[in-house]
Amino acid sequence: MELASIEKLIVKYLNAETTLQEENTLKNYFTGGNVAPHLQEYIELFSYFAIAKDETFDKPIRLKTESKVRRNFYRLSIAASFALMFSVFVGYNQYQRYQAEKKFAEISKGLKLLSNTWKKGENAVAGLYAYEQAVNKILD
Amino acid sequence: MTESDFLEAVIPFKDKVFRLAKRLLVSTEEAEDATQELYFKLWKNKNKMSDYKNIEAFAMTMTKNYCFDRLKSKQASNLTLVHSNYKEKETALEKKVEYKDSVSRVHQLIEELPEQQKIIIQMRDVEQYEFDEICEMTSMKPTAVRVALSRARKTIREQLLKAHQYGVS
Repeated sequence: MELASIEKLIVKYLNAETTLQEENTLKNYFTGGNVAPHLQEYIELFSYFAIAKDETFDKPIRLKTESKVRRNFYRLSIAASFALMFSVFVGYNQYQRYQAEKKFAEISKGLKLLSNTWKKGENAVAGLYAYEQAVNKILD
Repeated sequence: MTESDFLEAVIPFKDKVFRLAKRLLVSTEEAEDATQELYFKLWKNKNKMSDYKNIEAFAMTMTKNYCFDRLKSKQASNLTLVHSNYKEKETALEKKVEYKDSVSRVHQLIEELPEQQKIIIQMRDVEQYEFDEICEMTSMKPTAVRVALSRARKTIREQLLKAHQYGVS
């Protein structure tokens, strides 16, 4: 293709007025080698466009499962809720035990106090008995 | 719609979806995730798909919107997508041309364009869609598409010209 028409196409191209067919003409011209020296800068542009289309998505497409990250989140949340329930359960048990121990300690303290006073009373009563016996002996 | 019908309808443009996603999201991994996610969405909406005349255009629109959402959430969390953030896996594209400097320069220049122009140049110059298809996919008016495309092409061309004049090649 002669240079004049290529130059005309370039002006149209920059104004975004070219058709796809004309753009292909340009692409062929600039990737075919033998480019006029004052148009060198277009070579890399059009060769880039030509190769940019070669990149492909090669991974298989999954349709049924959700994306990995989301599924992991889902599993993680289940695991986390189990862990939470378990720890609440254990914590509750521990708390109950602690409460029971506290109550036991209080009760045994109270009982000890009671038994001490009881003993004191008993001693006093025992003293009283001794006194009574002594008095009885004297009277007899 | 059975699974094989569905795949038959959507597989032909999977590469286009992937390339558009990569153009917008930059990294290959993100683009792969986006493509997968998009196909999953399409599959869930398969009953609605027959309402659309052009499934491919519908899918491309969805891709565009999905990528925009991703970009927005990235920005919201103060993460900017810069090329250097990612270690690129070696792609077919790079292997094929050994990623010559000049070619990656065009890639870089496109990356610096505003999102809208990026999409349009991808759709027109890489995927070679007709203008009316691009209008449908981007829901823009024909004149707006042409203006954006022209602007993008001129920007790239000026930068390339500059590089050549300074002899950086």
